[in-house]
Amino acid sequence: MWTWFHKLASPPHAYRILGRLAPWFGWPALVLILTAAYWGLVRAPTDYQQGDAFRILYVHAPAAWMSMFIYVSMAIAAGVGLIWRIKLAHAAAAASAPIGASFTFLALATGSIWGKPMWGTWWVWDARLTSELILFFLYLGYMALRASFDDPQRADRASAVLAIVGVINVPIIHYSVEWWSTLHQPASVTKFDKPSIALPMLIPLFIMIAGYQFYYGWALCRRLRGEILSRERKATWLDKDS
Amino acid sequence: MDLKEFLHMGGYAGFVWTAYGLTTLILVANWWAARRKEAVELIDARRRVRFQKESRQ
Amino acid sequence: MARQALGKAAMLVFQRDLTLAWRRWDEVTQPLIFYVVVTTLFPLATTPDLSQLRVISGGVIWVAALLSSLLALESLFRTDVEDGTMEQWVLSGQPLGWLLLSKVASHWMLTGLPLVVISPIVGTALGLPYEAWGTLIVSLLLGTATLSLLGGIGAALTVGVRRGSVLLSLLVLPLAMPLLIFGARAVTMRMDGDSPAGPLQLLAAIFFLALSLGPLAMSAAIRISVES
Repeated sequence: MWTWFHKLASPPHAYRILGRLAPWFGWPALVLILTAAYWGLVRAPTDYQQGDAFRILYVHAPAAWMSMFIYVSMAIAAGVGLIWRIKLAHAAAAASAPIGASFTFLALATGSIWGKPMWGTWWVWDARLTSELILFFLYLGYMALRASFDDPQRADRASAVLAIVGVINVPIIHYSVEWWSTLHQPASVTKFDKPSIALPMLIPLFIMIAGYQFYYGWALCRRLRGEILSRERKATWLDKDS
Repeated sequence: MDLKEFLHMGGYAGFVWTAYGLTTLILVANWWAARRKEAVELIDARRRVRFQKESRQ
Repeated sequence: MARQALGKAAMLVFQRDLTLAWRRWDEVTQPLIFYVVVTTLFPLATTPDLSQLRVISGGVIWVAALLSSLLALESLFRTDVEDGTMEQWVLSGQPLGWLLLSKVASHWMLTGLPLVVISPIVGTALGLPYEAWGTLIVSLLLGTATLSLLGGIGAALTVGVRRGSVLLSLLVLPLAMPLLIFGARAVTMRMDGDSPAGPLQLLAAIFFLALSLGPLAMSAAIRISVES
């Protein structure tokens, strides 16, 4: 079984498989995202409190979800790479970072845009948004650390330590920010909570999350191929491939 | 709901369309960046292989 | 026998760092001066009115302590890595974590502890009442110690990087935000008459977590930085 795994993790093999896997992620991603967008913009009923502005939920919440999901995935991949010295795992972490950071930025931007019509300000120090902001800083720090090394192996391993330290910190950060934000609004619900949304209004949300997941899969496949190539010194197997 | 009402988004047009527009922008940008990364690294790797072959002769 | 040797090694490291610092005491006083200067910035930037400053005093002291600790951290491992001492330690077979912990401890005594000692004075200048001194000192003791450990990890990761101090701050500050939240809040709560037990306990929990996992992460990071 290990031989199968090691074969899978070997660069030429992984490169080829990822290439063939990509469209299986890419096309479903496109379909799901467009379906979710259509459903969310056209078919979902208008919210009686927030009017049509609530439709921003369908791009905001999935982005926030992905930002967290990718960070954890990145940390796991980095950990696997560090402990078992698997280059592919390090490459996966490196490939995931910019995608995760983009989703984090999107969550912040759409959250901010949503805030203006709802609560009158472009920014609010709400627990979720503040946590997203700190997560954004964690992503930026990770990418900055990677970029500061010339030696790719050192970059991989140092950023892996940082990712692991970061992911351990994330629950602590979440809890502390949550605690901090409730000090001024004791009993009220956090602004981006979804108290009780009717099911038909939640469907586009789940479709969008699925779409984003497949999108991440696709983008990871492609970026990972690039990362694999950059870590290969003697890529002689390339000529047999495309 | 006709097209004009749809675009108007109950008065929140600016917010909704900016949010969705930004989303589209980021998704397209990542799509482009992923393909570019792959392509650039491929060119680079091929160049390295060629160089190694030449230096071995 | 091995434990005796380890304890002795750790103690030697501790003493040697203190001795070295004594010879370069400006490296020790600079963060302290920075701390006082930064806290002075806030009244200048806002208001001389003590009753208004009082409200943000806990936060200001904590932010200033955070920033000056970060400034001091850059020098934690630099000299030892540069002159090859660190490489010797990695190769020595002694548990690296303990040696590094010893370094962090001496570093904290020289940079973190002085901050804590003068913080009541700085606090008073910002309108902090006498009753809150106890909470201020306890929270800063825990906070600066945790920061030395967290910052130690960051310093170990960035030790070879050019102009690593900015990168170090970028890496450590987000991780230090929970400390800031609990520490500053504890002081403000005490000032308002509430019990600061909750945040102080959380601060202590984070400190113990950092104490147990920090040396592990630091030694992994040092090995990565030194092996080249």
